[in-house]
Amino acid sequence: MAKSNIVARTGNEAMAEAMRQINPDVVAAYPITPATEIVQIFAGYVADGLVDTEFIPVESEHSAMSACIGSSAAGGRVMTGTSSQGLALMAEMLYIASGLRLPIILADVNRALSSPINIHCDHSDTMMVKESGWIQIFSENAQEAYDNMIQAVRIAETAKLPTMVTTDGFIISHGMERLEILSDEDARSFVGQYKPKDYLLNFDRLITVGALDLTDYYFEHRRQHIEAIKNSKAVILDVAKDFAKKTGRSYGLFEQYKMEDAKVAIVAMGSTAGTAKVKVEELREKGLKAGLLKPRVFRPFPKEEIAEALRGLDAIAVMDRSDSGNGQEGPLCLEIKAALYDKGINKTILNYVYGLGGRDIKMEEIGSVYSDLFGVVKGEKKDRVTYLGVRE
Amino acid sequence: MNVKEVVKQKELFTGGHRACAGCGAAIVARQVLMAAGPNTVVVSATGCLEVVSTIFPYTAWNVPFLHSAFENSAATISGVEALYKSWMRQGKYNKKVNFIAFGGDGGTYDIGLQSLSGAMERGHNILYVCYNNEAYMNTGVQRSGATPRGADTTTAPAGKVRQGKEQFRKDLTEIMVSHKIPYVAQAVVGNWRDLTSKIEKALAIEGPKFINVFQPCRLGWSYKPEATCEMGRLAVETCVWPLYEVTNGVYKVSKPKEKKPIAEWMGLQGRFRHLSKPENKPILDAIQANVDSNWQSLLSKEPPQAPKQS
Repeated sequence: MAKSNIVARTGNEAMAEAMRQINPDVVAAYPITPATEIVQIFAGYVADGLVDTEFIPVESEHSAMSACIGSSAAGGRVMTGTSSQGLALMAEMLYIASGLRLPIILADVNRALSSPINIHCDHSDTMMVKESGWIQIFSENAQEAYDNMIQAVRIAETAKLPTMVTTDGFIISHGMERLEILSDEDARSFVGQYKPKDYLLNFDRLITVGALDLTDYYFEHRRQHIEAIKNSKAVILDVAKDFAKKTGRSYGLFEQYKMEDAKVAIVAMGSTAGTAKVKVEELREKGLKAGLLKPRVFRPFPKEEIAEALRGLDAIAVMDRSDSGNGQEGPLCLEIKAALYDKGINKTILNYVYGLGGRDIKMEEIGSVYSDLFGVVKGEKKDRVTYLGVRE
Repeated sequence: MNVKEVVKQKELFTGGHRACAGCGAAIVARQVLMAAGPNTVVVSATGCLEVVSTIFPYTAWNVPFLHSAFENSAATISGVEALYKSWMRQGKYNKKVNFIAFGGDGGTYDIGLQSLSGAMERGHNILYVCYNNEAYMNTGVQRSGATPRGADTTTAPAGKVRQGKEQFRKDLTEIMVSHKIPYVAQAVVGNWRDLTSKIEKALAIEGPKFINVFQPCRLGWSYKPEATCEMGRLAVETCVWPLYEVTNGVYKVSKPKEKKPIAEWMGLQGRFRHLSKPENKPILDAIQANVDSNWQSLLSKEPPQAPKQS
């Protein structure tokens, strides 16, 4: 196992540190709170000659992703970072990046979408582009943010799919934590060199990228993209296995916490999963069989695996840090329900939409969710969707 | 470059593409690549040129080609160029490469203006070529910021109470000059020697370059397909589209032997047909006055004694 260095870093610093070690050929980015710091720190590395990267300080997020597409199609290893409105402005280009099968890496610091304008955390930005054909990996803390960034490079380049790694705005991005980082040599040997088969700057094999696909080819190309997304689950697990060998830190498609004998469980992503683990411990001390399932990979959604992991429970609460905007449950809950339906698993599923616009999620609130679950098991009636922590 | 050299070259923008008969955009692409040569990466905005040249599984491009979206060919080429710079610095690459972005007037004057301005301000070593046919031709002749006053388009049509576009076009070439980039020029379909020499000159200069190529469109302008080059030349002779270049801030204008009235150019195009009605004469007069004043303004920007140019 490689030697680790123990450091104190915020989530943004951890992501910038990963980017320095990855040493991408090009970074194109535009400032936006709370992601600004990542590329700001990185621009400092460029200014000090610590990386070989060409940094493009573009005039918008749309151009950031456009420039990333140009650099990636030209043959380079390419990264960017953004949040919220920036991700929304990029949306058109996110679909094009994935359709062109370009392994661009994006650090997305989760922030609520306007309107009303707000700079704090929720997952509505990532959820807005959940169908964009990108791999989406959520992080619980700065350690995971760093680890996910390092792994994302190999995931993206093997799966030939762009990959975004997310952290919770301010909660992770600006929170200082203890984390273990690889040495530069170990990080670089883990990510390796990017060697695309075809690229624009190869004049020995001319290519046309982004051709017009009409009724006779579009569907086949989309079908290949769909297959790549499905296949990327195996890629993510392979990369995680190698990463565990190197660091001792194991990652899967999702994490199960005290799920072996759990009767009820919360499903939650991002930093809230960390808070929920503490609550699980408290409940366990009281002899209550509570568990937690934390999806790490939201795209591709590991539906079969999650359904099996939830099969033995008596009741499930899905916590959504965004609303779906369609009058139904939150987006994560809809995914979980669809996953269980296909396996013929019929459980009581309560949905809790919480933390919109950075509203704190408190231990007592998570406690109330577990209480609801134990209540439901005893036959109590609960609302299908609860807006947790809001003044009604 | 002379004709003998040109005919010996491999075609870098080949025939067999799906452009209309008499398409000026295809002429621009072919002549630009003749001058640029094979060591060129091309990015194109969504639009006629991209649509007619890359219908999968065919391509008309014998150079590396990338299309990503409509409003971003300048940002996209800046990414390609940045990767090249990065690789050169890392010693991973050692070939001299030209970076050329194409966009129509819609993709350049309107939806792509921000991306173009950003790329020019950042100083990438790129050449942006606008093939300017004065409207959104790919979607069926809608008015753009480049459409001239009076033109009949599908979103500013000539009707009973309105006579086509009511505004004069914006002067994008001067907007580019205001970016203080090393080379800005106007060229035209119908004067290949002027266009190719401007491309060669631009590519020899380090930094961002912009060439606005006036490109008659037989479909949108409604004239006979064989008249494309003539339509371009008449635009120059009427001073509707002056040929000029601005090299490091110094203007050089190519003056027609005789300045013709705009009616000689407009009268050949269906898009201005409604202006021949007697009641529309004030509009024609206003357009002529605008052309005249723009021409005088351009001439006044030349240095009193224009330096001899090679």
